[in-house]
Amino acid sequence: MLQFSFWDILSNLLIATQWTIVLSLIAFFCGGIVGLVLLFMRTSRIAPLEWFTKIYIEFFQGTPLLMQLFLFFFGIALFGVEVSPWMAATLALTFWTSAFLTEIWRGCVEAIPKGQWEASSSLALSYIEQMRYVILPQASRIAVAPTVGFSVQVIKGTALASIIGFVELTKAGTMLNNATFRPFLVYSLVALIYFCLCFPLSWWAKKIEGRLNVAR
Amino acid sequence: MSYKLQFAELLPYWNVLLYGLVFTIVLTIVSTVVGIAVGTAGAAARTFGPGWLGRIVAVYVELIRNTPFIVQLFFIFFGLPALGLKLSETTAAFLAMVINLGAYSTEIIRAGIEAVPKGHIEAGLSLAMSKWEVLRHIVLNQAFRKIYPALSSQIIIVMLGSAVVSQISAEDLTYAANYVASRNFRNFEVYLLVALAYLLLAMLTRSLLRALGRVIFKAR
Repeated sequence: MLQFSFWDILSNLLIATQWTIVLSLIAFFCGGIVGLVLLFMRTSRIAPLEWFTKIYIEFFQGTPLLMQLFLFFFGIALFGVEVSPWMAATLALTFWTSAFLTEIWRGCVEAIPKGQWEASSSLALSYIEQMRYVILPQASRIAVAPTVGFSVQVIKGTALASIIGFVELTKAGTMLNNATFRPFLVYSLVALIYFCLCFPLSWWAKKIEGRLNVAR
Repeated sequence: MSYKLQFAELLPYWNVLLYGLVFTIVLTIVSTVVGIAVGTAGAAARTFGPGWLGRIVAVYVELIRNTPFIVQLFFIFFGLPALGLKLSETTAAFLAMVINLGAYSTEIIRAGIEAVPKGHIEAGLSLAMSKWEVLRHIVLNQAFRKIYPALSSQIIIVMLGSAVVSQISAEDLTYAANYVASRNFRNFEVYLLVALAYLLLAMLTRSLLRALGRVIFKAR
């Protein structure tokens, strides 16, 4: 029988960690782009667009990420498209991330004093120009800390992709546990690797937040 | 799309789904109550306790906040038996939820405690209140009032996160959905229905907590 040494377990987990990182990066960046589009819609003051984003956010923030993964996994298949766990996980995590980022960024946009909107509109800037040149440059400053903080949630969220069969860190842990019957060791290592990924981000987010408080 | 959605196929399983819904609700309520108790103790230990205790609590909080819930759950359910602590799925689910919410609420409540002006504590002590009385009537009273909204959203996040306990076969709403899907293969229908049930539950919890907050923190 094949024997797994400690280093075999660790190196296999680290290989799988690459996929956790790739999935996190894709979800975060695609989610960020979708989130930015939604942010423009949400603050556009055009009623149908605002309603759409409100319902979108309510759905993705009000249902478990696991359910969203299932819905994408089985929902897309209804159209006769072959769905890989990879595709379902990417889509679900992207939409989930975008909903949260939109809400975070909306808070930052709303924190900008109303006078900035009024001043820029009196200078005949269009809505897009107001956002681009006046509001977003200021809002992005306060948005950095909560956005970095949320990236930790994205990394932790990718763990759920294991349930629909995407092989990342958690799934690799489960597979290794099935092969080695050393659950305590395997899951300790899995948790430790997640911690090493997430803790620096949490720490950084906290640091930026502290710096902003001083600047004010 | 040539596929027709058939929600009627779910009807025979209404009792399975209802049982799962009740399980999820009970799981949420119990872990909320116990988790906040843990969080209060943790926050008090971090702010008023001895240094070594505060550091232990800090490690607990950071470990939980920086690892996924599903890994914590697997660790408790699969990992602990290796140390001789064998738990049933239900116990493991409750324990994991409490530990998870305990860590988050420790951090939230600590923020609330630190926002209480120091003068209030000194004033209480100078009025010959004991340390416990100051904690109970002055610090926690004000802290909870401040952090109530943050705590409410954390409760909803934990409730949604509880879907993961289905993965160790604790019989919650998601487990019921998986069960039904495995019987009639109407995966999309059942997951859509259950997702909407979660959505409704989240909205209901939010308004319930808001109403509760109004009762507890009645304007003085």
